[in-house]
Amino acid sequence: MNTAAFVIISIFTLSAAVAAATLQKLMHAALSFAVAFVGVAGLFFLLGAEFVGLVLVFVYVGAVAVLIVFTILLTRRDVEKDRGFNWAGIVVAVAVLAGLVFSIFKTQSFAVTMPQTPALTVKQIGEALMANYVWPLQCVGLVLTAALIGALVLVMEDKR
Amino acid sequence: MNPTLTAFLIVSATLFSIGLLAALSRRHAIFILIGIEMMLAAANLNFIAFWRFGPQPYQPIGVMIAIFAIAIAAAEAAVGLAMVITVYRHYRTANVDQLDQLKG
Repeated sequence: MNTAAFVIISIFTLSAAVAAATLQKLMHAALSFAVAFVGVAGLFFLLGAEFVGLVLVFVYVGAVAVLIVFTILLTRRDVEKDRGFNWAGIVVAVAVLAGLVFSIFKTQSFAVTMPQTPALTVKQIGEALMANYVWPLQCVGLVLTAALIGALVLVMEDKR
Repeated sequence: MNPTLTAFLIVSATLFSIGLLAALSRRHAIFILIGIEMMLAAANLNFIAFWRFGPQPYQPIGVMIAIFAIAIAAAEAAVGLAMVITVYRHYRTANVDQLDQLKG
């Protein structure tokens, strides 16, 4: 039951990711990217991290995918020209995948099933964010503000 | 019968490799950003999986790391896409192979 859901969501996610990496049209790739992140959020739901899955859907499917689509529309001129494909990249990616899979299968202690624990509530996450992680939270807020101001300054037109 | 930690790690490694493939082999800058985002998502999936299968799944440690990583990834995406727009405005292309002014 759980395994069936895992297999279906994994195949869905990975095929959407392959589509996002290999499709020729940028707009199709951006939409496949959003679909792939819906699948990753589904895997988070399976792992019992519902809050992170919802955050992933809000941030990636809601914000980052829209940003990518806007950037594609603003840089439309050479959309059709992306025909080049570097074969060395495939070799490196397959080598990395083989190394990772080999080391994962070699490690015996990974072959455990999910322990039964009470579900993590949003109240617990909020309490942890406001108590133990309050300084990291402030720093992330500062980083986000600086990054958004920096992005605005980068794309601002020069006034002459 | 539930999926083991190995299954989640295999999915995460595959997602990472697909992101690496997109970042290394595509020529358009937006594809490179999409690949980097996929690699970050694979890292987040690893964090959540190790937290859930680890010794203390009742403490929200892995969830915290994933939330902060998502926030940093969002900032990175905003700055990266702004850089793509700026580069396109200067050179009229977003193809990274044609941006070779600093090449020796």
